[in-house]
This record gives sequence, C-alpha cells and structure tokens, in this order.
Amino acid sequence: MSEATKKRPQFRNIHIFQIAGYRLPLAGFISILHRVSGALMFLLLPLVLYLLELSLHSEDSFAYLKGFASNWFVKLIVLALSWAFLHHFCAGIRHLVMDYHIGLDKDSARKSAISVFAVSLTLSAFVAIKLFGGF
Amino acid sequence: MAVNNNIGPNRLAVGAHYGLKDWLAQRVTAIVMAIYTVILLVAFFSAGNFSYEGWAGMFARQWFKIATFITLVGLFYHAWVGIRDIWMDYVKPVSIRLTLQAATILWLIGCAGWAAQILWRA
Repeated sequence: MSEATKKRPQFRNIHIFQIAGYRLPLAGFISILHRVSGALMFLLLPLVLYLLELSLHSEDSFAYLKGFASNWFVKLIVLALSWAFLHHFCAGIRHLVMDYHIGLDKDSARKSAISVFAVSLTLSAFVAIKLFGGF
Repeated sequence: MAVNNNIGPNRLAVGAHYGLKDWLAQRVTAIVMAIYTVILLVAFFSAGNFSYEGWAGMFARQWFKIATFITLVGLFYHAWVGIRDIWMDYVKPVSIRLTLQAATILWLIGCAGWAAQILWRA
C-alpha cells in the first residue's frame, strides 16, 4: 500500500463558530479577516454596482446618490466596505509577497501582520473621519 | 515517475496540480485589481474635478470602460475562487454545496452583465 492511501490524521478547518475558542497568532487574525472581508464585499456586491450605476447614469442619479450616501446608516455600510477593501488589499499584498517565499519566518510574518493592521486600520480611520465630517 | 505506477491504490493524490489554475488565476486577478485601483485613484485625484462631469467624463472614455470591465470580470473570477473556498470549507453536504456553488456562478455571471450595462449605457 502506498503512503498516499494509508489512513492519515485529519486536520479539519476551524469552524466559524469555534473561532472565539481559539487563541490565534496575529497572522491568524489577518487570515480569517481576509476571508471575512472578502465575504462581506461579495455580499455587498449588488450595493456597490448599484452605487456605481447611480454615479454614472445621469446628473440626476448622481445628485440622488449624494443624498442617499449622506444617510448615516449608508455611511456605516460604506465604512465597513472601505475597511473590508483596505484589509483585503493589504493582506492580499502580504499574501503575494509570501508567495515569493519572502518573510515566511515567524518573526517577519508577525511584523508584516502588524504592518497590515497598521496600514489598513489607519486608512479606515481616515475614511471614517472623512465620512462623518472630520474634514 | 513512471505513468503505470500511478493507478489504483498506487495513485498519488497529491502533486497533480489540483487547483493550481484557480490559485494562479486568483493571484493574477488580484494584481490586475491592484493596478486598476492605482489607475482609478490617480485619474480621479489628478483631474481634481469631483463633480458629476469629472467622474462621468473619466468613465466616458472607451479605454477606461474596457479597463474597468476587465477588472470587474477579474473581480468576479477572483470572488468565485474565494467564495468556492468558503463553501468547500464550511458546507459539507454535497447537495447543498453544489447548489450554493452553482448559485454563486450564476449570480456572478449576472453581475458581469449588469456591469457591462452600467458601463456602456450612454
């Protein structure tokens, strides 16, 4: 019997409901949030396309979009989307760099994880301040 | 590795590039989207015209419509790979998983049609 067909131990994925019970390293949070942010953007895809349509269709629909987007709840959703995009973008760049076998050791992986959070959360904070009238 | 060693119980279940195409496509589309993001931001902020004319004018150019459409189709492919991973990880009953996967594909094809309509409706 070959190695491949022997009974092997199974390492199942952590189920979404078990997340809270695990003590993940920082890179683990990057990873699960990469998935969460991707899923969020997938779910909100129709909203994004709708907003794009309003913004491009006509001057009237553009003006309607301005009113629509000034609602606080819409602003919250736009903020969530912005965070999702920024996190997914930064974590994705980290992923691509690691695909080149750069920064795979424990220490650099932790440092790059910190950088991802630092950049994505800072930019999200700027978006939040911009949305809610800080500047 | 001789070919006839790879049959029956000797079959190697690894190293056959299962999923390599999707893995690669996800990365290529990611790079396309990252480049488009930079183009969009540069075009938007360098024009300095944040009115409807400025925004719609940017999207009025044919090359920009095509670049946007390519990026969106790339995004839908990227999303398909990612969402399929989620279904495969968390939804174990085959019938439900296949239904969800089929629904995801149909939904993303619909989104691609909608995107084309948004971009080229004059």
